[in-house]
Amino acid sequence: MSTRELTAAVLISAANFGCLAAGPDLGRSIDPAEIAPWDISIQPDGTGLPPGSGTPAQGAPVYAQKCAACHGENGKGALSAAVVGGAALTNGIDTVKTIANFWPYPTTLFDFIRRAMPYQQPKTLTNDEVYALTAYLLALNKLIGENETMNAQTLPKVKMPNRDGFIPRFPDKL
Amino acid sequence: MKNFVVVAGNGLLDRRAFLRGGAALAAAMTGYTLARPAAAAPLADDPWSRAPGTNVPAYGVPSRFEKSVVRTLSNPNGEPRTQHGRTPHHLLQGTSTPNGLHFVISHAGDADIDPEKHRLVIHGLVKRPLLFTLEALARYPMVSRMTFVECGGNSAPLFSSEPIQASVQALHGLASCAEWTGVALSTLLEETGVDPKAKWLVAEGADAPTLSRSVPIAKALDDAMIALYQNGERLMPGNGYPMRLLLPGWEGNMNVKWLRRLKLVEAPAMSYYESRTYAPILPNGKAYQFYFLQEVKSFITHPSPGLMLKAPGFYEISGIAYSGNGRISKVLVSADGGRSWAQAALHEPVLSKAFTRFRIPWNWNGGPAVLQSRAWDEAGNVQPTRAQIIAVRGQAAKVPPVTAFPSQHYNGVTSWAINSGGAVSHVYA
Repeated sequence: MSTRELTAAVLISAANFGCLAAGPDLGRSIDPAEIAPWDISIQPDGTGLPPGSGTPAQGAPVYAQKCAACHGENGKGALSAAVVGGAALTNGIDTVKTIANFWPYPTTLFDFIRRAMPYQQPKTLTNDEVYALTAYLLALNKLIGENETMNAQTLPKVKMPNRDGFIPRFPDKL
Repeated sequence: MKNFVVVAGNGLLDRRAFLRGGAALAAAMTGYTLARPAAAAPLADDPWSRAPGTNVPAYGVPSRFEKSVVRTLSNPNGEPRTQHGRTPHHLLQGTSTPNGLHFVISHAGDADIDPEKHRLVIHGLVKRPLLFTLEALARYPMVSRMTFVECGGNSAPLFSSEPIQASVQALHGLASCAEWTGVALSTLLEETGVDPKAKWLVAEGADAPTLSRSVPIAKALDDAMIALYQNGERLMPGNGYPMRLLLPGWEGNMNVKWLRRLKLVEAPAMSYYESRTYAPILPNGKAYQFYFLQEVKSFITHPSPGLMLKAPGFYEISGIAYSGNGRISKVLVSADGGRSWAQAALHEPVLSKAFTRFRIPWNWNGGPAVLQSRAWDEAGNVQPTRAQIIAVRGQAAKVPPVTAFPSQHYNGVTSWAINSGGAVSHVYA
């Protein structure tokens, strides 16, 4: 093979390899309807909150049945942390962080209960039960009234006391 | 002693002494010990020299004499709360943590995942949502890197107002280092395509609490990996089998284990762990948010509390240094509580965002000494003294239990005092 023929062969090969360079592409396309049962992400602005609603009164019996064994009667704490009250954060760097004194967003409460609680049977609560428990805990902490209903519209509007208490540590990394 | 140059107070020797001293010095070394010296006896053939040994096992485990080299467990009976297993740094050497001793924090046990049924979904602000099986991911081009993983709460006992008497395992055992192998996340995001509006991704595990963290997209496209292998074998269950997110140099909790979903979004989800747990309270009542980075840090592992110095003479002081900002550039060691310092030798290769072993020879004169190490990274960051970090971050008013987390992200200096009996204790100096 002459140098010119060899060069041509290499170029053809290179061109063929070039066509194959799209990557392994071994993932399967999946549409949002198929992902929906796993797509439980919620944003602080309420994006992702599901339909449904609940009130503190509806949450109280759910709490008594499914939460009180660990978190104590009326949220006062037992095996697990209290979910009511909390000291001022100026009491020390090791102040126990609570819903009332620390959590910046009410949506986090809904999100964490839905994904992680009850500890022994996570992801078994209905959305109405999660809204009701969220309402019960917010009312217990006097962050909403006893008769308020929590749903996808009302929950993100609850103003948490420590909403503006945070400083990004490394803003350039965000 | 004429061959060895004393380079700092209380008997610290030039770090190159070992290279020059060679075998003679090695023979003269006095080892740290957990046991008593044996009585002298004439040499004889022991039973293992007079009969064949045991059968070679299918999967090797350490010698039966190493049973004390284990993680310490915060919740061994699996009560319904978080479980921590801490790495015994004082019983290990080098830079690679054996898989069975890698630290583990599991908030509701270790998920027991069938790899055939596990799925990873990438969706949200992408051009094409994709689902990957483990079998599919295993066919992608792999990358390997040594990197440490450290809990954001590691070393938290040093926020106590009084030094807590505990081992380096109890104080600093929530950090480990392994060679991780997997698929660069950027490779998968190339295939899904990234909507320019995507600024974060939310990573989520398949474990019971469905643990979730938000990660800036820049980190995801930089050096993030979907890790499948740990020191050459598949991930340990406690470290995320069959796949985890690996974010070199960033807070351990963000390296989501048992990873099943990545959703690209415009803003952080403000999950429980980012908005509450890993947001340390400052003395003025404000709190840091999005700390993310594990900053430059070092601590001495040999000697450390629990390891005795049997007699005056030669010892090697060694420890671990690392930085989430890159390579370690320098480690200084003091034997006189920070009054004078000498440069330690760094074990090569010094890798970015990985454990770096430092070593320096020391001639202990048998008197009281206070050992400290202090690290610098290639980005120019220096490990703060404890006084410096406490001045900014505060300290706990009371002495907390050693397993408590009075705050997070302590990267200050650790001090070990040696008394004239050779015992090592934790002090603030």
